[in-house]
Amino acid sequence: MARAALPGGLIVEPAAIRPGPWQQAEVVAIWPETARAKTLRLALSVPLPRLAGQHFVVRLSAPDGYRASRSYSVASPPGEDGLIELTIERLEDGEVSSFLHDEVVVGDLLEVRGPIGGHFVWRGDCRAVLIGGGSGIVPLMSMLRMARQGAMAGSVTLVVSVREPAELYYRDELAGPEVQIAYTRAAPPGTTRPVGRLRPEDLAGIELAGATCFVCGPAAFCDHASALLLHTGASAQQIRVERFGPSG
Amino acid sequence: MEHFTRGFSGRARPARERELPPGQYDVGEDWPVLTAEATPRLDPATFSVAIGGLVASPVRFSLAELDSLEHSTYRGAIHCVTTWSKFGMFFEGVSLDTLFQVASPLAEARFGLVRSHTGYTTNLPLSDLEGGRALIATRVNGEPLSVEHGGPARLVVPHLYFWKSAKWVAEITLAATDVPGFWEQNGYHDRGDPWQEQRYQGD
Repeated sequence: MARAALPGGLIVEPAAIRPGPWQQAEVVAIWPETARAKTLRLALSVPLPRLAGQHFVVRLSAPDGYRASRSYSVASPPGEDGLIELTIERLEDGEVSSFLHDEVVVGDLLEVRGPIGGHFVWRGDCRAVLIGGGSGIVPLMSMLRMARQGAMAGSVTLVVSVREPAELYYRDELAGPEVQIAYTRAAPPGTTRPVGRLRPEDLAGIELAGATCFVCGPAAFCDHASALLLHTGASAQQIRVERFGPSG
Repeated sequence: MEHFTRGFSGRARPARERELPPGQYDVGEDWPVLTAEATPRLDPATFSVAIGGLVASPVRFSLAELDSLEHSTYRGAIHCVTTWSKFGMFFEGVSLDTLFQVASPLAEARFGLVRSHTGYTTNLPLSDLEGGRALIATRVNGEPLSVEHGGPARLVVPHLYFWKSAKWVAEITLAATDVPGFWEQNGYHDRGDPWQEQRYQGD
């Protein structure tokens, strides 16, 4: 079946996308990305195929029956159906993120459900322009990794906006001709771009024709980046937005 | 599946969080903005809300016409499927019952498909839109609804997860069969009752 493009830009994949069941996943590795972000690598007990850009829900259960759940985007590319990598920013007062940062160790079991999402996904069937703010890079990293693994790096452009070098996720892996990093407060020595939030000239050289634009980050960043894309010549139909709301 | 997370006891829970549906937490003062599309620019002068499909009299209301109808309000909490809830919301607008009095749904109408000016859609049973349970809101907490929260007018169906409360509402089409909307085609529930945790298809 063909995709149904709704007037105004929202595109729906006709195949019903149902998340898998709640399942246990074992934490098989943990590593820091920045001082406030860690990646948890989880082995699913029920492996499921997934798409780049999707997320999982992590649910914590207390002995008295209290539960708290939050959604986290998958950073690893599709392909390893039994393994997922979730990069989790530690939020002050974040009940779930602080538990995942401070308490969880390798070997623990976590209850998860997914993959979820059929809109903010890239199937590799068009050019992708990825624009991420801060932790909004996570689902875009799944797309970038997929592109690089499939030798499709030429069909992806990633623009990351981040406050300062120490807050950049995946920094050892990012460098490449398809990646631009825009520092908003402090940049490494030798950076020619003046610090500051994204500007039209940051997007000026990006080929938008035939591309789908994936914008992810805090709500204000998403509004700013979407407006810039529209200003640069993208149509609303080309833009898909995932706003990282408060979670915790 | 009975499963406790090792070491997790949960934070201290304020008493009123027990008033929330299962799995929800009190987000506090913030009102998060979650949409899948770029925020639209809409002209209030031409903005309208239509009721169509299985109705005796398809109708379209401008903002001025909506404002001339009897006002209804909702005061209470709202619940987002991403697990935040927000207490103390006060929406003002027009009850869908008032609009249905004009449009007169036919007996065979059982579902509503709501469409936004952006193309966003969401579906829900007609029974959830009737009986004083849904309104077209133009004001919140004493102020005009801002565009990022769906202004100039949005649907508000506070007893269901808030993705049913379509922002920038353009049209409600009544039908005999349930047609999945945007998130519903992407795996989310056709009804979305937070008290039953109907988050995803199959819940």
